[in-house]
Amino acid sequence: MEQLNQWLATLLEGNVIFTPQTLGYYWTGLVTTAQLVFVSLLIGLILAVPLAILRGSKHRWIKLPVYFYTYVFRGTPLLVQLYIIYYGVVFVDGIQESFLWPVLKEAFYPALIAFTLNTAAYTTEIFHGAIKATSRGEIEAARAYGMSPGLTMRRIILPSAFRRALPAYGNEVIFMLHASAIASVVTLMDITGAARFVYARYYAPFEAFIFAALIYLCLTFMILYLFRYLEKRLLAHLKPLSGN
Amino acid sequence: MKKLLTVSLLGVAIAAGTAQARDYDHVRFGVDVPYEPMEYRTPEGELTGFDIELGNALCEEIGVTCEWIEQEWDGIIPGLLSRKYDAIMSSMTINDERRATVLFSDPYITPPSAWFAPEEADIGEPSTEALDGMTIGVQRGTLQDNYVTDHYGDVADISRYSTADDMVLDMEAERLDIVFLDFPVGKSTLLESDERAYKVVGEMITEPKEYFGDGFGIAFRPRDEALAERFNEALATLKEDGTYDEIYQRYFEE
Repeated sequence: MEQLNQWLATLLEGNVIFTPQTLGYYWTGLVTTAQLVFVSLLIGLILAVPLAILRGSKHRWIKLPVYFYTYVFRGTPLLVQLYIIYYGVVFVDGIQESFLWPVLKEAFYPALIAFTLNTAAYTTEIFHGAIKATSRGEIEAARAYGMSPGLTMRRIILPSAFRRALPAYGNEVIFMLHASAIASVVTLMDITGAARFVYARYYAPFEAFIFAALIYLCLTFMILYLFRYLEKRLLAHLKPLSGN
Repeated sequence: MKKLLTVSLLGVAIAAGTAQARDYDHVRFGVDVPYEPMEYRTPEGELTGFDIELGNALCEEIGVTCEWIEQEWDGIIPGLLSRKYDAIMSSMTINDERRATVLFSDPYITPPSAWFAPEEADIGEPSTEALDGMTIGVQRGTLQDNYVTDHYGDVADISRYSTADDMVLDMEAERLDIVFLDFPVGKSTLLESDERAYKVVGEMITEPKEYFGDGFGIAFRPRDEALAERFNEALATLKEDGTYDEIYQRYFEE
């Protein structure tokens, strides 16, 4: 660690903006962004699978509430949702005394809740579309084998739906990473928050934001690579035979 | 050739004539209103504020009459140079950029910053020990942000807000332990708040200069050195005889 610091100090010598302090802010920002995006995507994904199944239910009273939820969260800006969850909850009477307050007090959790609910809504719709697109033949074949609807869902519909949803879901992950840039409006020091800090401190918009943009580009590149790999593995059977 | 010489001599004479400093017995001040509590109008429409009261007291001390002329901020220095008024007393921070075009008096105030916390909070005089582990609110990119980041960035959590209103909201929501603000802003938003009771913690802070600047000065046209000197002397007198403190307390004490 000592050596790393020394190496950094010599590397940054004479640089006014990118001091070890500001790089430290960018590093904290990267960690915050990664945590926020990863955790919200994970929980969002777990919520989205059952919601997508319910969304396709034949019963109106199961289908409609889920539809309402995805409609509201896809129909309003994420920034507005974040403001409502962060600043809005404090106006609920007695919230400061409730057991929820230690969680809602930090800026991190309200942001996490907003991001999770938002990505869960989009992912639900992506999965719902993929489930609906399952060919009738596969379902009829499953029924002919005597599979129950539950077993059909588990063995036939969901595995192929996940595969179909993969490219669209990859986009959702990248959108979520970029959408997380608004976290700094509720005081979170994410990558954009660090850039805003450096910008305000040194009046250097280009340096501050281009550096942040480069970090986002690297993250996006990693996500793209991961999904390209997954698609290659999971969608191998869809590739043209003569293809390379 | 002769004619040209006469004309240029005449020109020099005119230039010399106007360059001669006037002896003022009436001073017109340019001011950008409102900027509470430095300059603003009372509900009755009367112009008042720290700048106005101090300016009037200074004029009285010098023995001149004075007049206040309202001027938008972006045209305030051109207005001075084009003789719409003779001086600017409008919360103008002294800096080198402005020094190139105008002549500043001695600084008459450095607007103080202060720590604000809820009335019931048990926080001592702010120091690295007292603020250890606290969440401090500041406005992003302000001199208060720079000061807090450099002094307490290692021991405390710093929450940065785009506007003072967002910060006050989070203070009322109990998300922040303490905030560091321009005193006048904190006074009007926190001390006069109906939601919760707040107090000032510790002293008002105006030092060190590298963070809080040189303070506000009265700006004159560069050739009015004599006038600036008269104001500097008057300012020193008012600071000595207590008039200055009396006005200061009226605007910058709780």
